[in-house]
Amino acid sequence: MAAHLSYGRVNLNILREAARKELREFLDKCAGSKAIVWDEYLTGPFGLIAQYSLLKEHEVEKMFTLKAGRVPSADVKNIIFFVRPRLELMDIIAENVMSEDKLQPPREFHILFVPRRSLLCEQRLKEQGVLNSFTNIDEYILDLIPYDGDLLSMESESAFRECYLENDQTSLYHTAKGLMTLQALYGTIPQIFGKGECARHVANMMLRMKREFAGSQNQILPVFDTLLLLDRNVDLLTPLATQLTYEGLIDEIYGITNGYVKLPPEKFAQKKPGEGGKDLPTEPKKLQLNSAEELYAEIRDKNFNAVGAALSKKAKIISAAFEERHNAKTVGEIKQFVSQLPHMQAARNSLANHTSIAELIKDITTSEDFFENLTVEQEFMTGVDTDKVNTYIEDSIAQKDPLIKILRLVCMQSVCNNGLKQKVLDHYKREILQTYGYEHLLTLNNLEKVGLLKPQLTTRNNYPTIRKTLKLWMEDANEQNPNDISYVYSGYAPLSVRLTQLLARPGWRSIEEVLKMLPGPHFEERQQLPTGLHKKRQQGENRTTLVFFLGGVTYAEIAALRFLSQMEDGGTEYVIATTKLLNGTSWIKSLMDRPEAQIL
Amino acid sequence: MAFVTANWNPLGEAFYRKTELYEMGWNLKDGLRDCLLAAAPYGGPIGKSELTISLFKKIYIHIFITSSCIFLSLQWKSGVVRQLGWTVCDDLLCIQEDGTVLIYDLFGSFKRHFSMGNEVGQSQVVEAKVFHSPYGTGVAIVTGASRFTLATNIDDLKLRRLPEVPGLQGAPTCWAVLTQDRQSKVLVANGGDLFILDYTACTAVNPPGLSPQASSIVHMCVSFSYKYLALFTDSGHVWMGSANLKEKLSEVETKVRNPPKQMAWCRRPKSRQPSVVIMWDRHLLVVGEGKDTISYHLEDDSILVPEMDGVRIINGTNHELLQEVPASCEEIFKIASMAPGALLLEAHKEYEKESQKADEYLREIKEQGLLAEAVRQCVEAAGHEQEAETQKTLLRAASFGKCFLSNFPPELFVIMCRDLRVLNAVRDYTVGIPLTHTQFKQMTVQVLIDRLVYRKLYPLAIEICRYLKTPEYQGVSRVLKHWACCKVQQKEESDEVIARTISLKLGEAAGISYSEIATKAYECGRTELAIKLLEFEPRSGEQVPLLLKMKRSQLALSKAIESGDTDLVYTVVTYLKNEMNRGDFFMTLRNQPVALSLYRQFCKHQEQDTLKDLFNQDDDHQELGNFYVKASYKEKRLEARVAHLQSAVDEYNKAKNEFAAKTTEEEMRLLRFQKKLEEEKGESLVGFSLHDTLRTLLAVGLHKHAEQLYKDFKVPDKRFWWLKLTALAEKEDWEELEKFAKSKKSPIGYLPFVEVCVKHHNKYEAKKYVSRVTPEQKVKAHLAVGDMEGAADAAIERRNEGEISTILSRCSPTTDRALVERLNRAKSTAAKK
Repeated sequence: MAAHLSYGRVNLNILREAARKELREFLDKCAGSKAIVWDEYLTGPFGLIAQYSLLKEHEVEKMFTLKAGRVPSADVKNIIFFVRPRLELMDIIAENVMSEDKLQPPREFHILFVPRRSLLCEQRLKEQGVLNSFTNIDEYILDLIPYDGDLLSMESESAFRECYLENDQTSLYHTAKGLMTLQALYGTIPQIFGKGECARHVANMMLRMKREFAGSQNQILPVFDTLLLLDRNVDLLTPLATQLTYEGLIDEIYGITNGYVKLPPEKFAQKKPGEGGKDLPTEPKKLQLNSAEELYAEIRDKNFNAVGAALSKKAKIISAAFEERHNAKTVGEIKQFVSQLPHMQAARNSLANHTSIAELIKDITTSEDFFENLTVEQEFMTGVDTDKVNTYIEDSIAQKDPLIKILRLVCMQSVCNNGLKQKVLDHYKREILQTYGYEHLLTLNNLEKVGLLKPQLTTRNNYPTIRKTLKLWMEDANEQNPNDISYVYSGYAPLSVRLTQLLARPGWRSIEEVLKMLPGPHFEERQQLPTGLHKKRQQGENRTTLVFFLGGVTYAEIAALRFLSQMEDGGTEYVIATTKLLNGTSWIKSLMDRPEAQIL
Repeated sequence: MAFVTANWNPLGEAFYRKTELYEMGWNLKDGLRDCLLAAAPYGGPIGKSELTISLFKKIYIHIFITSSCIFLSLQWKSGVVRQLGWTVCDDLLCIQEDGTVLIYDLFGSFKRHFSMGNEVGQSQVVEAKVFHSPYGTGVAIVTGASRFTLATNIDDLKLRRLPEVPGLQGAPTCWAVLTQDRQSKVLVANGGDLFILDYTACTAVNPPGLSPQASSIVHMCVSFSYKYLALFTDSGHVWMGSANLKEKLSEVETKVRNPPKQMAWCRRPKSRQPSVVIMWDRHLLVVGEGKDTISYHLEDDSILVPEMDGVRIINGTNHELLQEVPASCEEIFKIASMAPGALLLEAHKEYEKESQKADEYLREIKEQGLLAEAVRQCVEAAGHEQEAETQKTLLRAASFGKCFLSNFPPELFVIMCRDLRVLNAVRDYTVGIPLTHTQFKQMTVQVLIDRLVYRKLYPLAIEICRYLKTPEYQGVSRVLKHWACCKVQQKEESDEVIARTISLKLGEAAGISYSEIATKAYECGRTELAIKLLEFEPRSGEQVPLLLKMKRSQLALSKAIESGDTDLVYTVVTYLKNEMNRGDFFMTLRNQPVALSLYRQFCKHQEQDTLKDLFNQDDDHQELGNFYVKASYKEKRLEARVAHLQSAVDEYNKAKNEFAAKTTEEEMRLLRFQKKLEEEKGESLVGFSLHDTLRTLLAVGLHKHAEQLYKDFKVPDKRFWWLKLTALAEKEDWEELEKFAKSKKSPIGYLPFVEVCVKHHNKYEAKKYVSRVTPEQKVKAHLAVGDMEGAADAAIERRNEGEISTILSRCSPTTDRALVERLNRAKSTAAKK
């Protein structure tokens, strides 16, 4: 079911198995038949840990969504609430419990807090007078969820907003806890590097927790050599840019949630002769995207311009394989051919799907508007006219293009210019407020608070220095056969990944000056290993680095890190962890405040 | 070695031995006469209280360890003590006449007290017994009114008043406490009648086969395991049987008729026969199955302390252990024994003498295939010997035998060596815990460590933990914690000194809970010390609850913040909120930005009004402005919304945020304008953005109003042109559009005109504007209307290679062949330039 998790350098299936075991143990605590009432947000992440079949094995007979009112009737002994520790959810649970039908045979109530139980929530339940109605109140520590063989995410949608806008570091605490769990399973990580305020905070908490657990140290040979903690606000630019890898574009255009994408169904209609396409499907086509699919693993991280060639090459291989049947003469040969059929058919389906997706994306990437938008982005990134009001942005506002698109561009200009001149900034803001409504004043205020938009206070612009020193712009990015990470944005090398790359070789000491220009402290910590656990590295054996993006990471950045892992002389393999998988759109959206206006 | 059997006495099948454990060093003037004495099992401590009550004499309670070094004397100031006893945790119980039970620790400090019931008061406690069961330490009393009261576990006190015994007046002749079927019961003898008292009933019972000569049961005792019962009758008979009175084991006539002073079972696990030790003033008798008895003369007043594997006898000068000789010892040391263990011991002796006989003995054992058995016997016997020399001899023999065995598991030998080392250490007279190996195994190392800790023998406890390699958590760290808990009670030392000493000693130990130690300090009234100790607690989270308890809420808050656990911070914040007045509460938060922002988050979802107060107190006008803006959207009436917006404007002004103030004013103006127009024209407009309002106005032809808005709100020309262009195109009002285009020079150029027309599928109109497009955009314009030739002309004229390429990519090679050629030519010339 989750074999793809164990293919990577680090077997992340161990983590999944540990999580499954814990879930089973909890379910068995509530003896008898049960119904689960879900906090809807949790169903997606949970799907990656356990399917319904596992729950069914443990006598889960019904599942409901947490809603105000009464829990639907179900002839079960136990009602279990799977919820995040949020006060508003507690109120709903209290209502559920209190409106339980007294005439029916009594059902036992349980709460499972994900990822951590909370005194505050329990206090709330107590105030509501229902705390004693629960037989079990437990926590299910699900911090880092394996998304792929080299990818972990906490899927905490508002982590960036909470950390940088609201100064609520709850998600950082969970991060530190999650890293401790990871270390319990994969050994103490001897080296920790970091850049940014949040990174520092997480590292501090980790070191503190390690002291707290002193004495119960595990004796596991460390799997990870290095942990790199990176604040998202060290590199605000990258997520704003349009991702140009295959997976990145799918996410930009259709949005990938919990490993699934929903696509317009027309292109996927089964063309069966005779049916003449009379009933086109109207439900969106839902596809799971991960490295379990061979073809997808091959093309996901390619620049989109190289995907066409890869697909046609694959098509040739597959049809050649099917042609083999004509060469099969003996019974033995035929048998061998037949045995390969299921695999070949799966490959053919996969090819068909991705060809369709590629066509859908191509329609968009070849449009004039996409091209112009990209041109402006690239101008900003290369530092062209970043200090003036941009005509394309103005025209886009005048035509009332989607607000998020505008915000991404304006923020990008501000970041690339180290802030905008007051006049330019006010002009943009006025244009936006007049066009999209004054309520967006709050959103603009938020963007200013997190530093995505800011007035230029000094005339000094650091960005060109950073760009040049870190080689963030590569004129001759090779999209087909890349030799540098800049291929993921067709020229722009993501700052975050460049920092990661430079850390491995030659080390951060070489870029001290630039690091000082970026926000937050940079640091290095070492964790003592018990004697006997020091790894003896084989000649030519790669180091393993866990890169943790605090506040989110894009698929293009992941692609760039995978590219570095595969570089022959790279010497380092990367496992990526984050609080949330995001793109510019979902990111900006999480920072927006839109009061719902009452109708006057 | 020859003397090993010197103190053995045969009784039926088995032998009994009486070994001296210690010479008693207590200087008792009156011996053990006229005093209360209680000794705890498993080699526990002894408590002694003087019985004589006089008005002028001070009464003392002394606590001794078994080797009799006086531990402590305690001047008794409370009531008349009826009985002393020890709990499983080595606490001393003093049961008073009035039913009060006082608990003291080993060091004589008062811990607590409880009462055995109010009804005891007048009738007074006549007799009391302390007993141990799997549920803890229990107390049973009988009052002058012949009523029994029982508590099974004094740590979880539940008093049970047992039913009346029929015909009983005054004290019963004798009684005992039993634990059967998970319940504690009392067995009472009243003359010749025997009753079992449980919580609900009093049942008369008959011991099977009790000799008919007896008319009264004068003494009774129950075995250590509560499985066996012994009764002594006025006819001098001892009846032995099972405690459930279903089976008789034996009955022996002692020929002594006066009631014994004390009686105790002398058994061991896997005993060969049931036997009871009976003590009169100067006479001790061991009674077994047969008619034979062993008789000892006692020099002095003594007491018997029953153990699980024997009986300890304590008197003024001596402390001895009387027990059945364990099987392995008997096999080895019995005269002329040919058991494998005996032969192995012999073989080793010869080996030491360098005699070839060693080989003969060894061969003999090996031929029978009993060498492994021989080694096992020697190891086991070593465990049962008290003398270190004897232990060594046996272990050496075992080790010697082991050399001739392959695959003999080493654990048995190694563990025994370790155990004995520990046992010999605690048996030392300075420690005075005369544990036998059997008792040690039953009690476990954990409990032994606890008992050493109760005696404050911390260094020894730590040594033992280290020696036995007990995991730090259960071993060294636990001992150190107890040490520290004890240290904090030393009132004479200053807080600084104690804190420093503790941190120095505990620094390296793993898994120490400083918060537990601090709690102890706090309980002793040393708050300052508690706070200092908490500083060492690595788990900030652990510090918080105690700090709150000590009312150090500010410190609790900073610790909670330090832990990073936001839930903990919330908990402290809620606590503070309820504890402090609002002003102080806000001030506290103000100094803790992390807590403040968390509380703001909380208020944002839960208490909007508090949120406003928070901003107010911080003079955060920017946030207040935002707050009012948000609030305005919740209002359903225009006036209310505008009023909120006005408040927002005021706040923004105070925050010196001119931009926000101005735009909010604009918003108010727009709202009023929309409302007015809505009323006048019936177009629904309120809530639209300025852009959408203009668009609607243009769409319905209210051009004048649109113009007015455009001027009033200083809409940039560019955007207004775009707006009007798209609005007119949408309406397909091409005439008006043309007029508009000609009204003055377009600030957005004319390419948008071309493109918008094409977008609305009107190439005809689009073409009208192509000529007015700037040269730079001409190619694009031509292409937009599909005029390839025109595009080509424009591009060639501009000699722009890029543009030529763009056109080329749009051309189809078959239909536009001439054009393609022309373009290619132009391209090459352009490239040459």
